[in-house]
Amino acid sequence: MKEARNWTWQIITGVVILFCGALHMITVHMDDILGWYNPAGGKAIEWANVAARSADTTSMVIYIILLGATLYHGLYGIRNIVFELRPSAGIEKLVTVLLWLAGLGLFAIGFYGAVALKMA
Amino acid sequence: MNEGKTVKVVFSIRRFIPEKDSAPHYENYDVDVEPGMTILDSLHQIKERVDSTLSWRFSCRMGVCGSCAMLINGRPALACNTQVLDISNTAITLAPLPNFDIVRDLVPDLAPLFKKHIEIKPFIVGPEEDTGEKELFGEYIQTPEELTQYLQFTYCIKCGACMAACPTFATDPDYNGPQPLAQAQRYNSDTRDAGFEERKKAVGGAHGAFRCHYAGECSNVCPKGVDPARAIQLLKRSLVLDYLKLRKDTGRASIKGAPENATRREEIPDPPPFTVEQK
Amino acid sequence: MESRPKKYPNRLGVTGWGLGGRWGVERYLYTIHRLTGIGLVLYFILHIFLTATRTFGQESWENSMSMVNSPFFMLMEFVVIIGFVFHALNGIRLILIELGFAVGRPEEPVYPYRSSINTQRPLMIVMMLLAGIFIILGGYDMFAFAH
Repeated sequence: MKEARNWTWQIITGVVILFCGALHMITVHMDDILGWYNPAGGKAIEWANVAARSADTTSMVIYIILLGATLYHGLYGIRNIVFELRPSAGIEKLVTVLLWLAGLGLFAIGFYGAVALKMA
Repeated sequence: MNEGKTVKVVFSIRRFIPEKDSAPHYENYDVDVEPGMTILDSLHQIKERVDSTLSWRFSCRMGVCGSCAMLINGRPALACNTQVLDISNTAITLAPLPNFDIVRDLVPDLAPLFKKHIEIKPFIVGPEEDTGEKELFGEYIQTPEELTQYLQFTYCIKCGACMAACPTFATDPDYNGPQPLAQAQRYNSDTRDAGFEERKKAVGGAHGAFRCHYAGECSNVCPKGVDPARAIQLLKRSLVLDYLKLRKDTGRASIKGAPENATRREEIPDPPPFTVEQK
Repeated sequence: MESRPKKYPNRLGVTGWGLGGRWGVERYLYTIHRLTGIGLVLYFILHIFLTATRTFGQESWENSMSMVNSPFFMLMEFVVIIGFVFHALNGIRLILIELGFAVGRPEEPVYPYRSSINTQRPLMIVMMLLAGIFIILGGYDMFAFAH
């Protein structure tokens, strides 16, 4: 059933975000305490560290997975909230289309941002 | 404690008489409340002594029929089950159950609840193949453990309090609601039932079990301890396992027919002759 | 037969999602979960655009990073951390509950009734305590070190 499939993936992407997002949070917000993934030392958002992470294949893959999972999880959540307010069928269709466009568009931008430095 | 003293409590009741009013409004009544009096007793007192036009539903006055569910100081509860002085000794606010249309005063239109209940097939659904005479005259074998899987959810009295408390039902009239979903789980987990696939259509859709987000209010307000929230999560689990093709089919309860080649023990007398002509 | 009298609609609507009731903790956690979810989606969209500036090289990256270094943005980022931590830990709790692991087995109801709300209470308390710890850790990292 469609809804069982959609909801199961909401759970799966939630777990994926939990792990990949936790890694991301630790990398960026525990840089002064732990210093993970910061080969150049110092703050996580310094260019040297950003470039190093973007060049590293594992980091790049984790970012892309995190991007896709978060877009699905977040936009499906927004869709649920809007649909529970029971707009008309036309608005439901419009919201679905807009969310798909936003999701694919944002994924493209984020994907490019993640791989561009590796390709350089 | 009050020790037998009567207390004057102000009841603010949301009135709506469709022939007269364009919108509901609150009216206040003074009630002499003795310790042990329930909200239902107070309503009777108001109707007898003060305002005979007040309307509400009640029947058994002991918490088993589910007729008198209403909003008591902001929470859905049974009027017959709720003692006035347990809530307040100064002011009580009564309103009809939210999320249902108001017919009059404290009377909600529960027809949507019953319609959704019927949609989930609240009865034992037999298997597709014909099991023949054994099904008609035998008995199902069910262990006490198998009974415990669904017994809690059988205590539902269809009062509608859970539906009034549910945040999803507050915005989505197409949502099944805690009561039908709990009853779907009651029948799905009953080993005598073979209706999981049929009920999937009713509960697995866009406005079905997956619109529950575990706010848990349904279980908090249920007057019979049915715990619909638990039932719905177990239902979601079975739907997800079914989608992932991991659902274990434990099979239907076996039916024990009358033993074959059995003979009657000598000391048991024959039944008396029929008094009505048998066709 | 006379026509039926008109019925008055009585749906709570969005009010039923959050305001105006003496409800249990879990109901408010549901509301906050929704609010943090919406907030995180909005932040995430901005975040994608901001971090995509790395594509244009070091200078564009350092420009965008200096823009978000002001105290206002740092405070907002801390709000995002709070939202993320709450949403994640409450989300773990919800996954355990909605897959049927933390709701407990059905049992015959004996008054005073204990429902799955009681069963999952310890999990809820642990998650909220962890959320508090991580929020404090995140705040410490954000504000205790000179940026």
